[in-house]
Amino acid sequence: MGGSGSRLSKELLAEYQDLTFLTKQEILLREVLDNETGSERFGDCLRQHSEAHRRFCELLPQEQRSVESSLRAQVPFEQILSLPELKANPFKERICRVFSTSPAKDSLSFEDFLDLLSVFSDTATPDIKSHYAFRIFDFDDDGTLNREDLSRLVNCLTGEGEDTRLSASEMKQLIDNILEESDIDRDGTINLSEFQHVISRSPDFASSFKIVL
Amino acid sequence: MAQPLAFILDVPETPGDQGRDLSPYDESEVHDSFQQLIQEQSQCTAQEGLELQQREREVTGSSQQTLWRPEGTQSTATLRILASMPSRTIGRSRGAIISQYYNRTVQLRRRSSRPLLGNFVHSARPSLRLYDLELDPTAREEEEKQSLLVKELQSLAVAQRDHMLRGMPLSLAEKRSLREKSRTPRGKWRGQPGSGGVCSCCGRLRYACVLALHSLGLVLLSALQALMPWRYALKRIGGQFGSSVLSYFLFLKTLLAFNALLLLLLVAFIMGPQVAFPPALPGPAPVCTGLELLTGAGCFTHTVMYYGHYSNATLNQPCGSPLDGSQCTPRVGGLPYNMPLAYLSTVGVSFFITCITLVYSMAHSFGESYRVGSTSGIHAITVFCSWDYKVTQKRASRLQQDNIRTRLKELLAEWQLRHSPRSVCGRLRQAAVLGLVWLLCLGTALGCAVAVHVFSEFMIQSPEAVGQEAALLVLPLVVGLLNLGAPYLCRVLAALEPHDSPVLEVYVAICRNLILKLAILGTLCYHWLGRRVGVLQGQCWEDFVGQELYRFLVMDFVLMLLDTLFGELVWRIISEKKLKRRRKPEFDIARNVLELIYGQTLTWLGVLFSPLLPAVQIIKLLLVFYVKKTSLLANCQAPRRPWLASHMSTVFLTLLCFPAFLGAAVFLCYAVWQVKPSSTCGPFRTLDTMYEAGRVWVRHLEAAGPRVSWLPWVHRYLGENTFFVFLVSALLLAVIYLNIQVVRGQRKVICLLKEQISNEGEDKIFLINKLHSIYERKEREERSRVGTTEEAAAPPALLTDEQDA
Repeated sequence: MGGSGSRLSKELLAEYQDLTFLTKQEILLREVLDNETGSERFGDCLRQHSEAHRRFCELLPQEQRSVESSLRAQVPFEQILSLPELKANPFKERICRVFSTSPAKDSLSFEDFLDLLSVFSDTATPDIKSHYAFRIFDFDDDGTLNREDLSRLVNCLTGEGEDTRLSASEMKQLIDNILEESDIDRDGTINLSEFQHVISRSPDFASSFKIVL
Repeated sequence: MAQPLAFILDVPETPGDQGRDLSPYDESEVHDSFQQLIQEQSQCTAQEGLELQQREREVTGSSQQTLWRPEGTQSTATLRILASMPSRTIGRSRGAIISQYYNRTVQLRRRSSRPLLGNFVHSARPSLRLYDLELDPTAREEEEKQSLLVKELQSLAVAQRDHMLRGMPLSLAEKRSLREKSRTPRGKWRGQPGSGGVCSCCGRLRYACVLALHSLGLVLLSALQALMPWRYALKRIGGQFGSSVLSYFLFLKTLLAFNALLLLLLVAFIMGPQVAFPPALPGPAPVCTGLELLTGAGCFTHTVMYYGHYSNATLNQPCGSPLDGSQCTPRVGGLPYNMPLAYLSTVGVSFFITCITLVYSMAHSFGESYRVGSTSGIHAITVFCSWDYKVTQKRASRLQQDNIRTRLKELLAEWQLRHSPRSVCGRLRQAAVLGLVWLLCLGTALGCAVAVHVFSEFMIQSPEAVGQEAALLVLPLVVGLLNLGAPYLCRVLAALEPHDSPVLEVYVAICRNLILKLAILGTLCYHWLGRRVGVLQGQCWEDFVGQELYRFLVMDFVLMLLDTLFGELVWRIISEKKLKRRRKPEFDIARNVLELIYGQTLTWLGVLFSPLLPAVQIIKLLLVFYVKKTSLLANCQAPRRPWLASHMSTVFLTLLCFPAFLGAAVFLCYAVWQVKPSSTCGPFRTLDTMYEAGRVWVRHLEAAGPRVSWLPWVHRYLGENTFFVFLVSALLLAVIYLNIQVVRGQRKVICLLKEQISNEGEDKIFLINKLHSIYERKEREERSRVGTTEEAAAPPALLTDEQDA
């Protein structure tokens, strides 16, 4: 399949729509019919998925923009970080690292990109959003948020410049307060369950953890 | 959770254990052997254990245990064990995620919360079977877990399975492989002989029908989505200003929906039939000058816009039995249409539907925004949840960082203040200032209400003002200016107050503004239903009230435009050019939303007297959207104060429901039940109260025959009987009280669970410390053993040296 169209095959599209949150609102009814020709799924997820595919293809060099090669191509981080939706986000590097499945963790494939959009979409469950938020905030990837992770997180939130950071005493006080409030088992770190418990008390999280293409 | 606790302990594998399946009844054996292990180890570490505890007590001096030392200096073996603890692996390892979702699928299928006995692993009593497993989840273990999960997924329904897969935090490739493996093989169903031909024909027909229906449904859905306007505009606003300002525009959209619903009902049941059967006009229609758009009088007077135009007879009456005032022009096959009844019941039913929709959306929003225990933990919530990922512009992102930093500093300052108690003198002074400011604000509200009352009395008394049409605009103008100016005054007064909590400030400002508006509206309602009815006896007072409300609505819009122009545009120009400040004026969300609520209250007040008023409100809301959007993008910046968007949306919906809608409903009920309608115009001109139309119809039905006798019965025993109202109120109160108790119970349970978790945490720390001491002792033994072998190697050389020497 050549050309520059962003038409994904129907089977592939149907598969993506089943496994991600991206198209639930586009679908009125979904019927699975197994007949002699194999299973077919109907759906009109063209808008959201082809939007994602179109934006992804824009990041690729010209020769890789066909449907086949775009599904296999790996886009390096610098290109992804140039997307307008991610450009101004202080967590953009962490987001790319968390969703990347390449062995060197330095590029995103189309499916990783779809994963990213699915988690950040409107209809993703708060459960999956909080899981990925935890992984984004876990700067050293050890499965918990310790003091170092929390201080890096606060620095991302307040700005990296010297005059925009909190002072050392304020930072220490803040991290003490955070641990006091959320570390229920008192081991000095916040694990996933404690993090999800904190998130569940904030009804704004699901609507702010959203990226719209 | 059935997660295996992996340990490395020096226990030789007894060959007998491998073949036998240990059942829970063998627990005592398992327990004893573990006891033996502990005894062996503890004999050797008894000394070190005592030392450990002494050292701990010296270091911490508190009764709580702490981790022995920071993790960086613990031995590698301990670190490896810590890293593979289930509470840590769930956050990063695929195998742990798979086993967690396996458990969830099992629970979903079997609908029980206890895992099966066969899989149960007591975390405090590890079974001997697990001793030979390595630390990190190996590929073999992961494959086992994956196959277990696949088996469970196969036994779910397809929709449930897909739902489960969608919610798993795995990558797309892994999900796809799981789905492939769990797809139920259909091969054995293919190639069925005999009935295959007929089945395939029916199947294809059904398939074709479903396909057609599905395409139709998709077309409808896409048409509906195309009708939903402003998607790109809202995205732009959200990207530049965040969720807080977006909540104002979403509220505006909600109001549009309410008005559209109201208008639909009114047009279908009141305006449509009246337009189809127009009554005779009382005189020549007045000439249209441009002033009608502002005053609502003039050539708008005898149109479907106002109450007075509607006929009080049955439309389309068959010529056989004429009632007074009806025209004898029946359409072929038409039904008679009782206009007074239709008018009353349409207004009643539309209010009822609006009430139900409002209460439902308020309850829904409340359910989404309220969490038990959400007031505690504000630092953690601010740090984890306050970054708005929708923001896409660099400048807005930097602004958000500034806001978060300010917010964090404020939180820390508040916390400091709370933990260093203020002196009694300071607190008294604070209370005095607070009381004074509140008194001044309430005084302002009262003063405004009195001013409106005096002015309206003056308008009634002065005869020369009545003649001119432009003079009708003075009262709305005065009220509008008071509505605009008094909140600014209250904001200036509030600057004198001590700021304790920024969120509370916002609530207090909303409260004061609301009291002011309620006072003014209350005075106006008394003026209309109490005084104007008396003054305008013999004329059409309902028309006048309808026109007044139209004027108020239009004047509100005009003043809002002027306020946007001067408050935002001119202020920005002044602050940039003259004062040389970089900050643009803030978009005051609370004040703008209260203005929207005020406009909607006016609409609801006026629906009975001017059925076309919702259409005017819709046009006004559309214009407000575009004006506010343009002004926002050009002149304003996001507010610096913290804004809990979902919380605030609930507050606004509640304010829309309770003071606004309830007040309008009370006004409507009073007008329908107590006030005598004018005798010269409108559908109720011959009746004592508007409600009589219903009673007349019921009496008519009673006379009609026994077939519809249940309706008068229902009316007599449910509508007019007060006992039924009491019963319904009592039930409602009981439901509310039960819900309050449930919430209280949930809070208690949360407290107990938290205590239990912190106790478990202490257990964990105790175990980690013990583990660390064991490894430390082993390392020391290793080192000393290596040291002695080195010494054993070295002395012969020394001896030879000494012998030589």
